[in-house]
Amino acid sequence: MLTIHNLRTSFRINGRFHRAVDGISLTIHRNEVLAIVGESGCGKSALALSIMGLHPPDQTAVEGSIGFLGRDLLQLSTSELNQIRGKQLAMIFQDPMTALHPLWKVGRQIEEPMKYHTTLSTKQRKQRTLELLKRVGIQKYEHVYQQYPHELSGGMRQRILIAMALACDPVLLVADEPTTALDVTVQAQILELMKELQQQSQTGILLITHDLGVVAEMADRVAVMYAGEIVELAPVNELFHQPRHPYTQSLFHSLPSSIEKRQKLHVIEGVVPAIENLERTGCRFAARIPWITEENHDAEPVLQEIAPGHFVRCSCYRHFYLSDGKEEKDASAAAT
Amino acid sequence: MLTFILKRTLLMIPQLLLLSILIFFLAKQMPGDAVSGAFMGKPNVSAEQMEKIREQHGLNDPWIVQYGRWIRDALHGDFGQSFVHKQPVTQLLAGRIENTIWLSVSTLVVTYSIAIPLGMIAGRWTRSWADQFIVTYNYISFATPVFVFALLMLYVFGFVLNWFPSGGSVDIRIAEETPEYVLDKLKHLVLPVLSGSLLLTYSTVQYLRNEMIDTKMKDFVKTARAKGVPENAVYRNHILRHSILPIAAFLGYEITGLIAGSVFIETIFSYPGLGRLFIDSIMTRDFTVVTALVLISGAAVIVGTMLSDIILRIADPRIRFG
Amino acid sequence: MPLLQLRDVSVHYSKTGSFLKRRGAVIPVIDQLSLELRQGEIYGLVGESGCGKSTAARAIIGLNQLNAGQILFQGCDLSQLSRKARKQQMKEIQMIFQDPYSSLNPRKNVWNIIAEPLRNFERLSKADELAKVLELVQRVGLNEESVYQYPHQFSGGQRQRIGIARAMALQPQLVIADEPVSALDVSVQAQVLNFMKEIQEEFGLTMLFISHDLGVVQHICDRIGIMYKGRLVEEGTVEDIFERPKHLYTKRLLVAMPEMDPEKRQEKMKQRLQINKEFDELADTFFDSEGRSADLQQISDTHWARL
Repeated sequence: MLTIHNLRTSFRINGRFHRAVDGISLTIHRNEVLAIVGESGCGKSALALSIMGLHPPDQTAVEGSIGFLGRDLLQLSTSELNQIRGKQLAMIFQDPMTALHPLWKVGRQIEEPMKYHTTLSTKQRKQRTLELLKRVGIQKYEHVYQQYPHELSGGMRQRILIAMALACDPVLLVADEPTTALDVTVQAQILELMKELQQQSQTGILLITHDLGVVAEMADRVAVMYAGEIVELAPVNELFHQPRHPYTQSLFHSLPSSIEKRQKLHVIEGVVPAIENLERTGCRFAARIPWITEENHDAEPVLQEIAPGHFVRCSCYRHFYLSDGKEEKDASAAAT
Repeated sequence: MLTFILKRTLLMIPQLLLLSILIFFLAKQMPGDAVSGAFMGKPNVSAEQMEKIREQHGLNDPWIVQYGRWIRDALHGDFGQSFVHKQPVTQLLAGRIENTIWLSVSTLVVTYSIAIPLGMIAGRWTRSWADQFIVTYNYISFATPVFVFALLMLYVFGFVLNWFPSGGSVDIRIAEETPEYVLDKLKHLVLPVLSGSLLLTYSTVQYLRNEMIDTKMKDFVKTARAKGVPENAVYRNHILRHSILPIAAFLGYEITGLIAGSVFIETIFSYPGLGRLFIDSIMTRDFTVVTALVLISGAAVIVGTMLSDIILRIADPRIRFG
Repeated sequence: MPLLQLRDVSVHYSKTGSFLKRRGAVIPVIDQLSLELRQGEIYGLVGESGCGKSTAARAIIGLNQLNAGQILFQGCDLSQLSRKARKQQMKEIQMIFQDPYSSLNPRKNVWNIIAEPLRNFERLSKADELAKVLELVQRVGLNEESVYQYPHQFSGGQRQRIGIARAMALQPQLVIADEPVSALDVSVQAQVLNFMKEIQEEFGLTMLFISHDLGVVQHICDRIGIMYKGRLVEEGTVEDIFERPKHLYTKRLLVAMPEMDPEKRQEKMKQRLQINKEFDELADTFFDSEGRSADLQQISDTHWARL
């Protein structure tokens, strides 16, 4: 349904363009939840905004192609794109506190996309908005319709944003960190709601998150991003049970819940390089696992399919072990 | 909302009372009084005669009696007699208030109809040539003193080209309440209004431009674009609605500022409004007129503040319910 | 004797009355909160936004007036002390903040940031001060040149280390950490958590660790208190809370934690539905009509809950 091919998104920093998304190719199928996971600065949000065409054009260059329902989104003019955005393609943003217009009533904000994308009358739009509010689990929907965003809690606002995204029955929903700003119990409810709505309406979801827990709860397939590239792509069960790429493995071992209490957490050496001074040849993760020698990395790492649907970039995963020594044996066992 | 307006109005009473006492005392503290002002430069009036006039007008009574008398009369619309113009202050003010309101309201209307489109253009197409042009115009208008600019306008359009009358508020030969009368009044307004508003646009343009640049970056604008709202509507409905708030809130202050402070414009264009009367009255120490004028402008500030509060409350639901 | 003791501490915010209506409603933010921190332990205070956990921290360092109750530090009531004695006591209590981006003054270099508490309490010569700052900077794993750099030149994790160095400058007895890793990425969070634990063990620090993240709390804390609507609803060791939760709210929090095994998510969802149903039915019974809740009951030596 959505086919991204060799997407490169560059930002202008001090007069020069630097790639934040560096050659991403992905496919999302109908009725599938694809999660993109990575830490801040890996390019996952830039990817989401590129799909939606929301980068300021004077500061950003987006190249490659994004095929959606038979058209290349990158070739469309803004007004052509506006025929698709909010209709077949919708987005949910990270911070429900700032993503709603503070001076508009909730009802009007949900109705707005219908005004541009449907032929519904004012009355029918209101009717549908009330139904949507009901569908996202708001009991006092008639009251909420009349309220302003600041009168609502964070969880409620996120429900409003979801209702707004669903207003015109999109086939693909891009959700950028939809639960990061929420409390755990509210997060659980919102994830459940998204899952439920997705199953009802057969919508595809591109879920952008830094939280492996959210991935485990929601995703069908997962792409792990590091420094602008996908380093691993796999079905969710396989990724959680057999993470291969060194970065993926390291991430799992950094999680506080991953190990026995009071043991030290795994720490990835060094820091994520800024995109201005990123080394763009060879394995980009090599600098952070210096104990893996150079000959174990590929010169030009590409994604290789190591099991059906499971892709890993660079051969260094075959030789990888965690420097803490604990996993050394497993890794060498896996390599042989 | 109604209770808010009611409460806000009640709150004005003590403010006005305090203002009136303050003004009364300040006026009393000024060197000289109406009598010495009225007879200034007339050596044939002796000190005894002046003292007699003071006694007659009750200027030697204790302050509380004088204040009580003044405030009671003021509430009845009687600000006493102007010593200089030899007519009741109320009568003296009536025509001038009307003129000043004409002047300030039209200045405001012209200011906003120039400034808001300019601010929108500059805010939307930042760093375009249009934006640079507007910003330059803004700097110039900010740096130009109003009396220099007004004199220039007067010279070019009033004397050299002779397109517009150079003084007064209306030609007295035209009968009142005819279309020609209104037209002539407007004609007299053109130069003072343009001189005032072309310089006044500065703050509004700057404010609106900055607010729009700020608002453009907000998340809810991204949300609007993600909904497929056409670009023009994004600016019109989403960004402008948010950016105009501080300007709307400023409206009340703006009006009172104009009523109280068009001294330069009125003096240069010999426009018979409150500002010019104020200067004249201070010069001649016309105590009753000065106090009446300061009271009016003080009250205008208080009312303007209230107006701003009410506008902001209507425009911003976050304050309305806060 | 416990290092820090909160005895029935209450903090209320009263809504500002308008000039026609004098007294607004009183909103309890924390209500009769009692807890004890023993020397050398890490106590986790957990709850969702608005539960009063940050207000509790602010009350301890004296930023919030108490409406009732006492806070005892090393046995003395902080509110009874003279200004001077109180200042001396506050030297022993330091704070680490959530947001490493806004809690450091961007116009000061690291030297000045770390030296600030030293200057408030100790008169050191410039050379001594620098020596002390360098020692701290090295201790938190930054290099020596960094004392001349400014906050924006550091990553989030490094900034949080600077914040820790500042808190450690006076060698306090108690450190209050308010969501210290919430703004950080997983891998950076791991660094900071490891490091906090190291420092805590090395100096025998007592730590009040405030967080909404149960995973982090489980990893670093010895004992945990669960707060809900301004009250402590359950308290116990990590094992008590995670393996034998008694209060329904605690169970609800635990079940809301993301399931890390994708294969078990259906099962988890069912559990959640069930506990939420129970919670919705019983939530009204936690408080009686006057807003009081059940008293804490002792379940074991270490485990208490309001039931």
